[in-house]
Amino acid sequence: MSTLTKSEAVPAPQAGDAFLSVRDLRVRFRTEDGIVNAVNNLTFDIERGKTLGIVGESGSGKSVSNLAVMGLHNPKNTTVEGSIQLEGKELLGASQRELEKLRGNTMAMIFQDALAALSPYYTIGRQIAEPFMKHTGASKKEARERAIEMLRRVGIPQPQTRVDDFPHQFSGGMRQRAMIAMALVCDPKLLIADEPTTALDVTVQAQIVDLLKELQQEFGTSIIFITHDLGVIREIADDVLVMYAGRAVERGTMREVLKASQHPYGWGLLSSIPRINASVDVPLEPIPGTPPSLLNPPTGCAFHPRCAYRELVDGDKCVTERPPLELANGHLSACHLTAAQKQSILTEQILPRLSS
Amino acid sequence: MFRFLVRRALGSIVILFLLIALTYFAFFALPADPAQLACSKTCTPQLLEQIRINMHLNQPLYVQFWDYLSGLVFGHNYGADIGQCAAPCFGYSYNVHQFVWPRIASNYPATFVLAVGGAICFLTIGVGLGMVSAWKQGSVLDRIASSISLVGQSTQIYFLGPLAMGLFVTNLNWLPQPSYIPLTQNPWACFMGMILPWLVMSVIFWSNYTRQVRSLMLEQLSEDHIRAARAKGMSSRYVWWRYALRGAMAPIITIFGIDLGAVFSGAVVTEYTFGIHGLGFLAVDSVRQSDIYLELGVLIFSAASIILFNIIVDAAYALLDPRVRLG
Repeated sequence: MSTLTKSEAVPAPQAGDAFLSVRDLRVRFRTEDGIVNAVNNLTFDIERGKTLGIVGESGSGKSVSNLAVMGLHNPKNTTVEGSIQLEGKELLGASQRELEKLRGNTMAMIFQDALAALSPYYTIGRQIAEPFMKHTGASKKEARERAIEMLRRVGIPQPQTRVDDFPHQFSGGMRQRAMIAMALVCDPKLLIADEPTTALDVTVQAQIVDLLKELQQEFGTSIIFITHDLGVIREIADDVLVMYAGRAVERGTMREVLKASQHPYGWGLLSSIPRINASVDVPLEPIPGTPPSLLNPPTGCAFHPRCAYRELVDGDKCVTERPPLELANGHLSACHLTAAQKQSILTEQILPRLSS
Repeated sequence: MFRFLVRRALGSIVILFLLIALTYFAFFALPADPAQLACSKTCTPQLLEQIRINMHLNQPLYVQFWDYLSGLVFGHNYGADIGQCAAPCFGYSYNVHQFVWPRIASNYPATFVLAVGGAICFLTIGVGLGMVSAWKQGSVLDRIASSISLVGQSTQIYFLGPLAMGLFVTNLNWLPQPSYIPLTQNPWACFMGMILPWLVMSVIFWSNYTRQVRSLMLEQLSEDHIRAARAKGMSSRYVWWRYALRGAMAPIITIFGIDLGAVFSGAVVTEYTFGIHGLGFLAVDSVRQSDIYLELGVLIFSAASIILFNIIVDAAYALLDPRVRLG
């Protein structure tokens, strides 16, 4: 097993032109069963006004890495290492007080389950107004006006009356809109959307994605969009980061990653998307096996137990050596296959299957 | 809310009626001679006969019951010797030659003060300790709080009471002998006389709150909306008080309502331990003296206060949790 702890050889853009820059992020949890390495050597940047899509299975470290950005991990049982810089300011090691000033103000977060993420005891309006009052020092009345304005902006009908409703009086889609209003109330520069559309039905999903895109164009917000739905990624993301077992396995622009994936896991993801024009007789191809346990991750490449192309790599490199994130055919991927092998598998096996 | 209260009030009248009926027939339909029971220890044949007539024992049982009910609502005339029993007439104690209702009414303030003070003690101490436990989870403080609540739960008032009296009253002389002095007469003396009973009584109740509050707070703090509130930039303290405690309060109110009903209907052991003449004292007295009307009266009165507190709890629940709709 590789014990690579130093920075991975990743060509990264110069810090400074990136709005948020995450370097070698490592998140570990202490649990009763041992130490869970939830995120390892994660590096990414996001520019102002752009959207980064983070894709991966449950437990691949998508949410954990973004909770680390927000500083929401419990320091009692979590170790966060590396570097997270927001507008050049280091967030790791910043005091709770400083983080509180940034949260909800400069950076905000939308959660997957809006019903659970809204307190059942307070009105929607109050929950939207709270961070506005805290961060801008606005009065109750001003904050209420602001809450109504935000509800109108996210498309809640009759915001003047709905502002006094409780979360349980809203429908699922409206709750998600209210969550977005709550996150955007202070015009944050960074919005982390943690699977905001997963719990919604497809038409509402599309509305929410459109809404986020509109708001982004209006305010130039940078968005980190976490999902496992590649269809949504195609709609919203500029760049895509694919995570597997707590590591980035592929990173590049949305077009490159979705149209010319260079990683067996990415191929698996692409093959498992249902397409409306595909023949109904051809079954979808799931990725075999289950996500690995992070308590005891596989040696070498964490994907090797599920990988269909392992035989093509000489020797047992896949089992013994972790592939670095390297440039291959246009974007970064972490796989021992050679660039030529990847390209030929992509063009000869994957793309034909996708267009059949 | 108004409709709810009206409906509950009507419902509780039905419950009360059933309760009165049940207890009444339990006492009067049993083979023992009610007149003999009511007559108590200083009985004479004349008195027994008098009681028989007063109680209409020569009439069918349902007529007797109807008399009792109408006495509760309109009062009852006991004839020349005893006189008019004003509504609510719970009957007459032949052993002490007093109507039952004035006896309950005169003893009730002591129970009331004991209950209110005790409830304040066990709620604040119990919830406070629970919050400290949850806040410093796993710390020495948490362990101390858990141990205290375990001891509190395993102890008894009649053990702790004399011990505390021996220490604070006899040895240290910090407090006067516990007694009930009417609040209107001398508030300070009332406070000093009741502080020990309050605290001792609260010990057996508070442990439950400590454990409940601790687990409820920890449960609340792991909820998504707590994390979301923190993601909005709200401070830990704000989230703790406004979000977590708020969520933990609703179940606590439920337990509190049940306990309140219990203490307001008379804390027998506490009253006996400290010699406070409240409702519980009266209840024991009535059984001892086989004072059947007093027994009945105390029972009905206690039941009514429990029903009342149940309604208050339900209403409070609706105020605390907007998802609960009354109707």
